Amino acid sequence: MTQSNRLSGGQIDRNTTVNFRFDNRSYTAHPGDTLASALLANDVRLIGRSFKYHRPRGLLTAGSEEPNGIVELRTGARKEPNTRATTIEMFDGLEATSQNRWPSLKFDALGVNDLFSNFLSAGFYYKTFMWPAAFWEKVYEPIIRRAAGLGSLSMEDDPDEYDKGFRHCDLLIIGAGPSGLMAALTAGRAGADVILADEDFQFGGRLNSETLSVGDQNASDWAAQAVAELSSIPNVRLMPRTTVIGAFDHGIYGAVERTGDHLPSLPAGKPRQILWRIYTKKALLCAGATERPIAFENNDRPGVMMASALRTYANRFAVTASSRVAIFTNNDDGHRTAADLHAKGVHICAVVDVREDAPVNYDYEVLSGAKVIDTKGRLGLTFVEVALPDGSTRTLDCGALGVSGGWNPNVHLTCHQRGRPVWNEALAAFVPGSNLPVGLTVAGAANGRMSTFGALQSGAEGAAAALDLKGAPPKLPEAEDAPVAQKPFWYVEGCKRAWVDQQNDVTVKDVKLSYQEGFRSVEHLKRYTTLGMATDQGKTSNITGLAIMAEVAGKSIPETGTTIFRPPYTPVPISTFAGRMKGQEFHPTRLTPSHHWAKERGAVFVEAGNWLRAQWFPLPGETHWRESVDREVRQTRASVGVCDCTTLGKIDVQGTDAAEFLNRVYANGFAKLAVGKTRYGLMLREDGMVMDDGTAARMAEDHFVVTTTTANAVSVYRHMEFVRQCLFPDMDVQLISTTDSWAQYAVAGPNSRKLLQKIVDPEFDISNEAFPFMACGNITVCGGLRARLFRISFSGELAFEIAVPARYGDALMRRLMSEGEEFDVVPYGTEALGVMRIEKGHAAGNELNGTTTALNLGMGKMVSKKKDSIGSILSEREALVEPDVLRLVGLKPVSPEDKITPGGHLMNAAGPVDAANDQGYATSAAYSPILNSNIGLALLKDGANRLGEKMRLVSPLTDLTVEVEIVSAHFVDPEGERLRA
Amino acid sequence: MRYSGFRVIKEALTGHKGWKPVWRDPQPKAHYDIIVIGGGGHGLATAHYLSKVYGQRNVAVVEKGWIGGGNVGRNTTIVRSNYMLDGNEPFYEFSMKLWEGLEQDLNYNAMMSQRGILNLFHSDAQRDAYTRRGNAMILHGADAELLDADQVRKEHPYLNFDDARFPIKGGLVQRRAGTARHDAVAWGFARSADSHGVDIIQNCEVTGLRIENGKCLGVETSKGFIGANKVGCAVAGNSGRVMGMAGMRLPIESHVLQAFVSEGLKPVLPSVITFGAGHFYVSQSDKGGLVFGGDIDGYNTYAQRGNLPVVEDVCEGGIALMPMIGRARLLRMWGGVMDMSMDGSPIIDRTPVEGLYFNGGWCYGGFKATPASGHCFAHLLAKDEPHPVATAYRLDRFRTGRLIDEKGVGNQPNLH
Amino acid sequence: MIINHPLLGPRDAAEFTYLGDASMIDRPDWQAEDAAEAFYDYAYLRDNLAGEHRELWYHEAGDRSWLVVTRDTTTHEISKVELARDVARARGRSK
Repeated sequence: MTQSNRLSGGQIDRNTTVNFRFDNRSYTAHPGDTLASALLANDVRLIGRSFKYHRPRGLLTAGSEEPNGIVELRTGARKEPNTRATTIEMFDGLEATSQNRWPSLKFDALGVNDLFSNFLSAGFYYKTFMWPAAFWEKVYEPIIRRAAGLGSLSMEDDPDEYDKGFRHCDLLIIGAGPSGLMAALTAGRAGADVILADEDFQFGGRLNSETLSVGDQNASDWAAQAVAELSSIPNVRLMPRTTVIGAFDHGIYGAVERTGDHLPSLPAGKPRQILWRIYTKKALLCAGATERPIAFENNDRPGVMMASALRTYANRFAVTASSRVAIFTNNDDGHRTAADLHAKGVHICAVVDVREDAPVNYDYEVLSGAKVIDTKGRLGLTFVEVALPDGSTRTLDCGALGVSGGWNPNVHLTCHQRGRPVWNEALAAFVPGSNLPVGLTVAGAANGRMSTFGALQSGAEGAAAALDLKGAPPKLPEAEDAPVAQKPFWYVEGCKRAWVDQQNDVTVKDVKLSYQEGFRSVEHLKRYTTLGMATDQGKTSNITGLAIMAEVAGKSIPETGTTIFRPPYTPVPISTFAGRMKGQEFHPTRLTPSHHWAKERGAVFVEAGNWLRAQWFPLPGETHWRESVDREVRQTRASVGVCDCTTLGKIDVQGTDAAEFLNRVYANGFAKLAVGKTRYGLMLREDGMVMDDGTAARMAEDHFVVTTTTANAVSVYRHMEFVRQCLFPDMDVQLISTTDSWAQYAVAGPNSRKLLQKIVDPEFDISNEAFPFMACGNITVCGGLRARLFRISFSGELAFEIAVPARYGDALMRRLMSEGEEFDVVPYGTEALGVMRIEKGHAAGNELNGTTTALNLGMGKMVSKKKDSIGSILSEREALVEPDVLRLVGLKPVSPEDKITPGGHLMNAAGPVDAANDQGYATSAAYSPILNSNIGLALLKDGANRLGEKMRLVSPLTDLTVEVEIVSAHFVDPEGERLRA
Repeated sequence: MRYSGFRVIKEALTGHKGWKPVWRDPQPKAHYDIIVIGGGGHGLATAHYLSKVYGQRNVAVVEKGWIGGGNVGRNTTIVRSNYMLDGNEPFYEFSMKLWEGLEQDLNYNAMMSQRGILNLFHSDAQRDAYTRRGNAMILHGADAELLDADQVRKEHPYLNFDDARFPIKGGLVQRRAGTARHDAVAWGFARSADSHGVDIIQNCEVTGLRIENGKCLGVETSKGFIGANKVGCAVAGNSGRVMGMAGMRLPIESHVLQAFVSEGLKPVLPSVITFGAGHFYVSQSDKGGLVFGGDIDGYNTYAQRGNLPVVEDVCEGGIALMPMIGRARLLRMWGGVMDMSMDGSPIIDRTPVEGLYFNGGWCYGGFKATPASGHCFAHLLAKDEPHPVATAYRLDRFRTGRLIDEKGVGNQPNLH
Repeated sequence: MIINHPLLGPRDAAEFTYLGDASMIDRPDWQAEDAAEAFYDYAYLRDNLAGEHRELWYHEAGDRSWLVVTRDTTTHEISKVELARDVARARGRSK
């Protein structure tokens, strides 16, 4: 198909022709085109359907403010719904599809909504669909939901890569139109570190869309020359295809660079988009202005476009929307479009100007004091009807109508910290207010300087002021400096349906109804009518809606309110914010030094925070995890097992006040702990709840090694630093986390000492007499390797924990396995660890759930009242010490094969099963291969006095009720004889 | 004016000329029996129940801006009653039942959509905690189901099952949970309260509380002094500021929670889903936007905006959980100021000042509580005693230790 | 946000962990007559100021300093950053 609407000139590469497809039809275009300009060139005007009434829609604009021309771009997993055709850079093989229509764009069944639009007025759904009550969810809502939405997702995982980065600069210039380029030249020449970012792929902003001249060059040539100079300045970084999306605190700006969207496919390993966090000393907003429409009857037909967009398409892209164009304007700028198009050979049917004193151009007809009152053309404009000042009407036979209602400065980023724009009567527009983000100033049209010269001048001045540059201002080229000449005009009265928000189908009438029903604040208006809630974020509709509301209310626009904008400036793919943090890279994975050894052994791993821990080590032939776990438990309790406990938090505490420091941090006493001894430590939060538990080993008078649970390693360390720095700043104590420095292994079981004696260097006596239960010490192993040995036990067996510098962890584990062969040593994982600690009645994560006190856990007596320790005072509050508070108990099913369900609730043996009779809940459960029974731990009201009681453990969620006996939590070796052996 | 399908048709055929303002725009009277400070969801719901259920007709709601402009106008619209603790679950289940009858009660379609909520778990410990919670829900008369990974996959095949850093092991489902059209909730309550004679006074900022001899006599406002026998404060997010006028320090910090909405999409998500290994929860609105959120920014603030790190954190969670939303675009982000309480649960109680009542501390779960919060606060204001389902929401529970700490993170508000 | 660390210069706030009101430095005397009430007040009640707020931040991904940051809770503007240890000493805390 030929590009029948292509004009001469423009900034496209005519030497190259590319192919693209829209709705499965092939077309040609040139590099430099957007999808929008290419579709227009090929005379495709119908591009989409509106949200609510499914009205036919074409392009309205030529920029990122586009509400109508949105498509699904690309195919398969790379399908990208709701993509603005006006911002899609053309590439060879581009494929786009229209959306929100069925079965086809030309015939859309839901177009029937349009016939009923009178019944679907703003807020209609709040008033109906209520009868019968059950029908809303079963009938009405499903219908509404199916009709809702615009484009569709592929439902496949996004296959592309995204990146994030950080940049710093003295001055960030947002927008590379005349003011931005001039600002960058000024700042760059002065030696400042400058970043110049623009959402477009071509710098120049409106300079590329105009036939004006700057100095003795035409505008786009001047822009190109400025860009060339800026490229040669090393301290200036140019970022095209980069949208600054938000102004955040302290001069941090978010920006999205589209590095791959203009390519047919991404080079391997390259990101599609990059999210930049730009740290700025100053920022200058040069975002220009957006032309606003006028609302009139049927102003939404394909072919009704912004006048400035027609000019952009003609001058930059060498495309006209039609060979016959009319203009509807309230200002001089609309005439500029007519003149430019006329010069390109497009027939101008007339310029309809609402002003009685419209400027007259003898090249084409000007209808002064006139307005457009209707349009025709089902799938595209065919003619417009104009009311003349004498009361007569006239039709203009045209394929496109350019509308210009004046310009709104792009103040969006000035509002991101809730600054409010202020009304400028002369411009009839909101301009940036005084309450801007710190460090941000505004120049050019964004600041209400609408002429080219004004933009150049304010850009230069803005940069100089932001950087506090001394010296003479740069010499500015001569340029157009026409004043704004317009008559505020928002909508044509007497219309049945005149669109304000074209994507969401909000009409002038809807705005009026909103007022009539009392939704009169701007926020109510937006929420009630959905004005400005569409993918274009109301860039072409918000101010118009507000103006209509003001008129209805008989108030001025500033009295009626303002509307502010939130980030992002334009919509951003969710993937872009996520960057590389996806799939396996969502969080870092921490591996212990003997991870690879465990992997070789076929271990099954489980996530423990960011760590991977061996859960069990299946042997060939074992088909169920329980077989492996039971074996690991039995073998450990019978002989010896080794478990990697490197993930426990380890904190070195050193200094002359180390013991006193621990005395404050732990609820139990540490001042008198002898050197060479370890003690269990119970740590409370200040609110009296148990925060964590672990051990503290006194390696020397002024040196303790503290362990924490894996889960709380970070928060406990933070807490201890808080206590040290903020509460007791003069204590002589230093902390350092050594979690990653030491590999640590539990060696447990009756043969653990024998195994260790094979590797501990002979000068160290670890016999029961020399190294009794709870002993600790610095030793060497394997012929001189330094190590730490602790005689502590989580399993209840004779047990040790041995730590070596992390890089020896793998070697130590292998050595323990080979030396242990004669004892039938077994590696055990976290499941067996869990079984053994439940058998022993040790509280762990499921019991230390942040709502349990020491008393709940059976350790109330450990909280020393003779000293100052964190949490001891508030642990005494009345509700925490009542006689029937929850106490940790053991659960044994009456039938050993019955499973204990953690999370099941305890009910009395008889009586109702409901919340009022809830007695407590099971926290942990396991099968004990030693007791040949399922067992569990529970927190039970007054549990300490209910041992022997039969109760029901109910889990209606999993449809289980099990009869259990309340027993002591210490199932195995309650006297602790084994661990002292 | 009663709303109905017939009314809509009649108005459509007669040019929509008959629709009346949904609420009046009255000037404040000199004195009311009860003044509710705060025209957000909770304040308007309080007014509705005060007037409709508790027969109080001389009531005013004073609002500094426009009604519905607080957190009811900026949230992720989730309604659920899936709590674990005795202090909470009866209250939220009561709320759920009110939601289920809300449209009929208000004659206003708040578009309550019981599409269900799925809370995913990724570890045995999480499963155990959800089991305890699900059992508590059922024992309190609510509904709950526990799904294993295969069942989750069947209902939500687009979740990341194949390449997840923290694999999905299952989920706790409450089928009766869902979403509601948040703005409509505020408007529906306002309309009903107004129709029962409540004066809703917008653009009326409370600048002081007149307290003499330990008794609250009314409120000083930008429209002058308004007397009252009782004053109820329902301004969550700004509780510190308003109760500060009575010299009270609260177990509350103000924090910002950001929320996000995507461009409109054809239906992809059948229910509300929360990620158990990151900060991300999401649903899809009737208009097609993905409505999602995550964690609070974490620092005290009264500014209704947040910063990039949390935006990134939330989106990372989203992509980790459901990579298929990656090419959907985030359209808008906004921030709401939350009353983050010291145990993560709310307060509905008398205060040491006679005649001054407090409702706040909703953290970021206030939307779902709106009807019950209004009902219970109305009960307290009308009868001077707590509603049976809200007896645990006392101000003195921090002193006595009767905490309601679902998350178990203690007295650090930004962790709740 | 950016926190100007007194030792390290400007750092992104994302490197820090927030705790809350700097009044948490003023931990009551455990042996005082009214210790229970004082600890309740200390642990639970907050001024929650709209405006200048002194608060504790911890440089978790940095040098592990606790800082007292003076920040306006309505604008997020930071006017002062001090080492918490110095503040604690100035408020009379010692061992």
